[in-house]
Amino acid sequence: MLVDTALAVMWIGLTCYALFAGADFGAGVWDLFAGGPSRGARQRRVIEHSIGPIWEANHVWLIFVIVLLWACFSPVFAAVMSTLYVPLTLAALGIIARGAAFAFRKVSTELWQQRLFGASFALSSLLTPFFLGAVAGGVASGRVPAGLAEGDVITSWLNPTSALGGVLAVLTCAHLAAVYLCADVAREGDTELARAFARRAIATGLACGAVALAGIAVLHADAPELFHGLTHRALPLVVLSAVSGVAGLVLLATRHYLTARVTAALAVAAILWSWGAAQYPSMLVGSLTAPQAASHPSVLSACLISLACGAALLLPSLWLLYGTFQRTSTSEADRGVGR
Amino acid sequence: MLAVPAADAALGSWPAAVLAGPAGQGDLPAARAQMGFSLAWHIVVACLGVGLPALTLLAEWLGIRRNDPALKLLARRWARAMGVLFAVGAVSGTILSFEMGLLWPGLMGRFGQVIGLPFALEGIAFFIEAIFLGIYLYAWDRMPPRRHLLTGIPIVVAGIASAFFVVCANAWMNQPRGFTLRDGKVVDVDPWAAMLNPASPPQTVHMILAAFMVASFLTASVYAVALLRGRRDAYHRAGFAIPFTLGAVVAPFQIVVGDWAARFLADYQPVKLAAIEGVYHTGSHVPLTIGGVAGENGLEYGLEVPNGLSLLVGYRTDTVVEGLDRVPRDQWPAVTGVHWAFDLMVAVGFFLLGLGLWLLLAWWRTRRRGGGLLDRRGSRLLLALVALAGPASVVALESGWSVTELGRQPWIVYGVMSVRDAVNPAPGLMTGLWLVLVVYAAMTVATVYVLRRLARGTAVPVAPQEADVRDYPVV
Repeated sequence: MLVDTALAVMWIGLTCYALFAGADFGAGVWDLFAGGPSRGARQRRVIEHSIGPIWEANHVWLIFVIVLLWACFSPVFAAVMSTLYVPLTLAALGIIARGAAFAFRKVSTELWQQRLFGASFALSSLLTPFFLGAVAGGVASGRVPAGLAEGDVITSWLNPTSALGGVLAVLTCAHLAAVYLCADVAREGDTELARAFARRAIATGLACGAVALAGIAVLHADAPELFHGLTHRALPLVVLSAVSGVAGLVLLATRHYLTARVTAALAVAAILWSWGAAQYPSMLVGSLTAPQAASHPSVLSACLISLACGAALLLPSLWLLYGTFQRTSTSEADRGVGR
Repeated sequence: MLAVPAADAALGSWPAAVLAGPAGQGDLPAARAQMGFSLAWHIVVACLGVGLPALTLLAEWLGIRRNDPALKLLARRWARAMGVLFAVGAVSGTILSFEMGLLWPGLMGRFGQVIGLPFALEGIAFFIEAIFLGIYLYAWDRMPPRRHLLTGIPIVVAGIASAFFVVCANAWMNQPRGFTLRDGKVVDVDPWAAMLNPASPPQTVHMILAAFMVASFLTASVYAVALLRGRRDAYHRAGFAIPFTLGAVVAPFQIVVGDWAARFLADYQPVKLAAIEGVYHTGSHVPLTIGGVAGENGLEYGLEVPNGLSLLVGYRTDTVVEGLDRVPRDQWPAVTGVHWAFDLMVAVGFFLLGLGLWLLLAWWRTRRRGGGLLDRRGSRLLLALVALAGPASVVALESGWSVTELGRQPWIVYGVMSVRDAVNPAPGLMTGLWLVLVVYAAMTVATVYVLRRLARGTAVPVAPQEADVRDYPVV
């Protein structure tokens, strides 16, 4: 029970990371394809305005997941990190390049600097989710055995399932970002740009669907255990994801941008939980289950109690953060009186 | 803020190790170099992340209270720098949490659960910090000044809390508690006992005070340079006075805490103290040696104060101080490096204390005789010394941290697990090291460049981070 709770809390953290920070990565992808300095200026400003205040808080979900994994399932953390250190090092460097460059671009004034930092921000927004998705593929296809660096350093992440995971991660991030940005832009009153983002959201949504369909064949051949899980125990979640994905596209086409956020998030969350359900209770396919890997009950309960207390502080704070910046941002009423 | 500065592993003699790792050690030197380098980088930014918000809030509070435009502008400037430093601190801290697993899976696989709790708590604190930083920076003009000031307080509190939790994890590596090893397996874990181990109190207090000192003296040194160049307006004076005063107040406390931390070693980690002071042989009437080089039989060429160390440890000349001879020679830390790092830290500590006394004296005299603090004779010398104090405090920070890391060698967990047993056995870590060096070099150049630009820039938007809002007044 304690083990399952810890696992569930970690998975909630992973879901939040995908839904919030994933969209920040996706925003970077759209920054990359926004076009030249003058044509893309409006979009880049919108993107910066939307993710600026929140990306650091969103990023903390990753630290949350990593720390929970090592505190509650230390052997899994050690095995994953040591075998998959190549894509994880690259993802880590991407995280550095993205976060630092985003902060630098915000305060630089000359075009060449904005271009340099902007390119670094946008490119690493594309590469980081790819490598993180590849890591997920390596774990899900059972290429990470228990122990230190027991898996193959190269094929553990250069394989069909990892490629699927990487591509799907990038597309999902881009889709989420486009959906979220629709509502942000529409609130600012720019219906034309909102429609442009809606078109991109639909295009990436369709691409996600196509890749997921192709993924069925890939998983059947490359990760039979995961395939079995997805087509049996996790099937309801897979169906939920597909249904909400399609519903989201309809909502986007009919310009229900706020509701589309919910369905898009649901589609992505259902994918993550279907992976978890398909693999449960095994954490490293073929070598380690959650109860085997779990830490001492005293550690699990200490972490869970701390997190429960932390949540009492965090949830109101997060509410304040999103509430402050999701209101109409430039109206007089919001500016405060004593400026 | 400090995502993981403590759980460093093993800095070792890393510059040399990069160039020529001893044969047969695999990639251990590369792993140590990478961890040492990324921690040495992060620890500076992390200290600024803990200390700078406090300075900014202080300036903002004084600015509101006195309705002083110079102070208000100062707060906005510092907030802008804070935004940049927080971002690089957040990402360089994240890298450290990756590196704990990428480089030291042997440590994490076995002891991850023992030291997991402080990191989980640190994660919560960091979360709070990031949330309120977003609000503080971006909502500057969206709420009344006093409420805005309040949103800054959680940043300071959470920054101190994350420093505390992370250093607790490092303290555990020095004083591993809260678990039992049975046949090489960890059983009976008590995460609270592990976190609140005996080394936690002295180490955490020492680190948190160090963070405030580094942030204060670094900021003060920037404005000392400007004042030396003749920009003696109210803005630059306040930018000098606020951080210098904070640093000067903290410095004497840090000397006392440092003494406590060293005395703690005598009781709990005598080998580290022996390496720090270059004591080879256990005995009484041990001299205090300043400088010197580790020879076959003790420190050579150093300046000796007879009975000094015995007096410092136990206030009596016949206090017995344990020497390195208590452990086999292959378990000795690198004596010369640890000893010099310690002496350097102490020297800088007393230099900063001296500056604080100077400030106190000058303040007392201006109160009696009137006149401004910086109009006195000798104020140029004071400014020059404070300009030096910023970099010097960083030197003290890095050397103090080297003492605690090098002094623990060859252990990653003192007396329980060696660094060699913790390293990732996978090939190719050297490549990762080079990549990390390149990326950090670029990040260093960009950070320094951007901060210099921010310092020189003339216009600051009302909301420090909203450079794109055109209709806001610019001050």
